[in-house]
Amino acid sequence: MSETVQNRIVPDRLDSKLSGIIKSWETLLIVVAVTIFIINSFASPYFLDAYNLSDATFYFTEKALIAFPMALLIIAGEIDLSVASIVALASTAMGFTASLGFGTGTMVATGIVTGVACGAFNGLLVTRFGLPSIVVTIGTMSLFRGISFIALGDQVYKGYPASFAYFGQGYVYWVFSFEFAMFWAAALVFGILLHKTSFGRSVYAIGNNPVSSAFSGIRVARVKFILFMLTGLMSGLASVLLTSRLGSTRPSIAYGYELEAITMVVLGGISILGGSGTIPGVLIAAFIMGLVTFGFGLLNVPGIVMSIFIGLLLIVVIAAPIVWKQFRARRG
Amino acid sequence: MKLFMKSREAQLVLALLVLVAIIAFRFPRFIVPSNLAAIFNDTSILIILALGQMTVILSRCIDLSVAANLAFSGMVVALLNSWSPGIPVPLLVIVAIAVGTILGAINGLLVWKLDIPSIVVTLGTLTIYRGMIFVISSGKWVNSGEMTEGFIQMQRALFLGLPLLTWFALIVIGVMAVLLVRTPLGRAFYAIGGNPTASVYVGINVGQTRFAAFTICGALAGFAGYLWVTRYAVAYVDLAPGFELDVIAACVIGGISIAGGIGSVGGAVLGALFLGIVKNALPVVNISPFWQMAISGAVIIIAVSFNTRTEAKKGRIILKAAEAKS
Repeated sequence: MSETVQNRIVPDRLDSKLSGIIKSWETLLIVVAVTIFIINSFASPYFLDAYNLSDATFYFTEKALIAFPMALLIIAGEIDLSVASIVALASTAMGFTASLGFGTGTMVATGIVTGVACGAFNGLLVTRFGLPSIVVTIGTMSLFRGISFIALGDQVYKGYPASFAYFGQGYVYWVFSFEFAMFWAAALVFGILLHKTSFGRSVYAIGNNPVSSAFSGIRVARVKFILFMLTGLMSGLASVLLTSRLGSTRPSIAYGYELEAITMVVLGGISILGGSGTIPGVLIAAFIMGLVTFGFGLLNVPGIVMSIFIGLLLIVVIAAPIVWKQFRARRG
Repeated sequence: MKLFMKSREAQLVLALLVLVAIIAFRFPRFIVPSNLAAIFNDTSILIILALGQMTVILSRCIDLSVAANLAFSGMVVALLNSWSPGIPVPLLVIVAIAVGTILGAINGLLVWKLDIPSIVVTLGTLTIYRGMIFVISSGKWVNSGEMTEGFIQMQRALFLGLPLLTWFALIVIGVMAVLLVRTPLGRAFYAIGGNPTASVYVGINVGQTRFAAFTICGALAGFAGYLWVTRYAVAYVDLAPGFELDVIAACVIGGISIAGGIGSVGGAVLGALFLGIVKNALPVVNISPFWQMAISGAVIIIAVSFNTRTEAKKGRIILKAAEAKS
């Protein structure tokens, strides 16, 4: 594609560090986030309140937990559309263990193990059989949620033990929820994994050129397999938090989360074609989506109208730099 | 002949026959012609959408917004019909197609002029179009009582013993078969899917061709919107939720390569019919409809592994040993 060819042109001189920071995607996102924050604080008197802002974090933490490993997966040139279905299946598995009378520890373990198993299944199909991940995960998206439907039908699992409620409803300190703490922990872990380890470097390498990565000794299939497992693991974890917060399991739980998680990743500046993007970008994008949803919620805007704004934001934020570049190129 | 047996269409026909035979073995009434015709009629909308999606996938893009487009176009004509019942039905059909075309063209323009990956564009427009339905309808339902009789009954009118809906699907199949195989534009879809760089050198405008693919897909989605709303005689915001994935599934089962450039009209139709037969057979063989989702998921995975096996033979894989070890 013409786009990728343009990127390979070596510039005459490198940008200075400062102008690099100013032009970076993360800076643009921070400006957007701060603008939304300021508009929100003027629009509603209830916005600037520690307890309300703490509530706002619940709008995005579970999705963001999935978005972080998804970012790595997309950088490596793959995608996982089955994440929301993994959440549903893990939640069903937890409900099943709870109905057998097992305690909280076993339930959490079941949820996470189910997530990892689902991720490994995706990874196996993609790496071992060489199938395109977008189609495989469209398939497993139906399959995993389908199993939940077979198991549950129109029934609901509820009656989770009281100690289980902590994960989705508990607070670590003052207004900082357990979910919010997990969100920061995940951001930190995945940020370090992607930006500070050789594993992270190989993720970028694979996304830019899988063939040359294989030539330079990177175990492409293994790295991709691990990424799918990590995505499954985090989906399992998100399932624990979401199930605990809702206190019940239906087969339709987390419906449509995959698109929101991917929107978060793309808004965060991860190239959908693979090879570039950062975890801080995804982190800020998560806040932007949370602030928009929460701010509009305070103004009594229906959820579906918010989604128009999120969709527009996604397209505008990605289109703006391209339009600007085309405009500059036209003027010489 | 040997080549024919290896083709995807032949395999699918075989799979369909086996499937139908197994069901017919226990429930002979399943293969009564009138029942088979009813299944085709029931699958018509999926077939129409799959052919539009196929055009987009052939040109190495994807359109996730088809279901939202369908719902929006359907809502527009349902509202028009309920506000002023005097508008003739054929005009409403044209309006539905026009609205769908515009929505498809918006996707196409963003892909063409801004070079944004199609999955991102349509992910965005999917949520925007859905939200716009809420805005134009203020979240209200348009029920059958608010629609005119002619509006709802048009697709049920019989012509030569078959409902018009079936004929619409057959016409779309015919038009798309000619368009994709017999016209320069159709060949261009295959060309840019097969090799975009080479297509530029033979003088194909890649962006413009993709724009055409999205516009065609949008037009068909708009048409399907009218059909959907009148078939179920109701229009609401969450109409056809997640149906875009069913449409993509039909394409994948039909052997259309997600990497572009490979696939046929016959394959897409058979893929859609496969899903249609499974959906209609489940209640007959007394399996809970809750199984349907898992079954179509499993079928997609099996189908795509067949796709890859047939595609893999086309090129030499260098470094196979190294890849296998890694």
